[in-house]
Amino acid sequence: MHEQSIVASLLNLALKNAEKANARRIFSISLVVGDYTGVVEDAVNFYFGFLSKNTIAAGAKINYTHVPGQLRCRDCDLLFPLEKNEYHCPKCAGKRVEIVGGRELYIENMEVE
Amino acid sequence: MSARTITIKENILGANTEKAGINRKLLDRHHILMVNIMSSPGSGKTSVILRTIDRLRDSYRIAVIEGDVASSIDADKIAQQNIPAIQINTAGGCHLDAQMISKALDTLDLDRIDLIFLENVGNLVCTADFDLGAHKNAVILSIPEGDDKPRKYPVAFVEADVILVNKIDVLPYFDFKLDTFPGIINGLNPSARVFPVSAKTGEGMDGWFSWIEEILV
Repeated sequence: MHEQSIVASLLNLALKNAEKANARRIFSISLVVGDYTGVVEDAVNFYFGFLSKNTIAAGAKINYTHVPGQLRCRDCDLLFPLEKNEYHCPKCAGKRVEIVGGRELYIENMEVE
Repeated sequence: MSARTITIKENILGANTEKAGINRKLLDRHHILMVNIMSSPGSGKTSVILRTIDRLRDSYRIAVIEGDVASSIDADKIAQQNIPAIQINTAGGCHLDAQMISKALDTLDLDRIDLIFLENVGNLVCTADFDLGAHKNAVILSIPEGDDKPRKYPVAFVEADVILVNKIDVLPYFDFKLDTFPGIINGLNPSARVFPVSAKTGEGMDGWFSWIEEILV
């Protein structure tokens, strides 16, 4: 049920921006989704189809750009991707790591008319 | 009119974050501390809150906002202590959002409250992504769940200001490595405090009580 409220917010944001741009139809929405958000494409598509009925976003295609988890070693500063839920540095084996990427959840752009 | 691309670059949860900021300002005006408590189902959120009420109720005026998918079991337990308790039912939703909290705050007499515990829906996956307007985030992890949870649900542990490792009274029966656990947390979130506690026996709870009282002073 996570996705239902996210899609409701997504739709509100898309409609608000379409209105600002005097658009009468939304063809597509490009979403940037970090892996840490746990947002599932199929669930988003399902709820979007349902919630966008009778709006100018009805039938719009959602394009996804996934951002993998990105970590930074607090000891040696190395940036490295999250793999297999391992939270230690591949270079210095340090266990103090910071999450620096993968929590994104925003609309990059929309194709409108 | 032909198709054109418009740049948005706006966070989908931006409206929620904005509303959360409004909640926080409202609480600040009334000098109220709100603590958002997150955990898996069954980690002991309600038991920790009840124990804490018992200890702090003579010094501070406390209220509780209870978030559950359904039922008012938890709010009923709090109300039995003669503490104001607001039940929010999310009707299937797996987390609370700032708008729900705003409505709950409207029904509380904020001039007569010092401290609000916000018991989130039992879930470590998405609760942490929604700012509710709380000043502090507490995460409870119980011994039977295992010490690997920060690796599985890192976001909740990264957002935590304090982590209670609950049910230490059953530690001998489980493989939870309590001695190395604070190090795992420290690696992910150096500023989080970790308190091993048993809400049932009261062991270790003093650290948590002091942590709250230090903020309230």
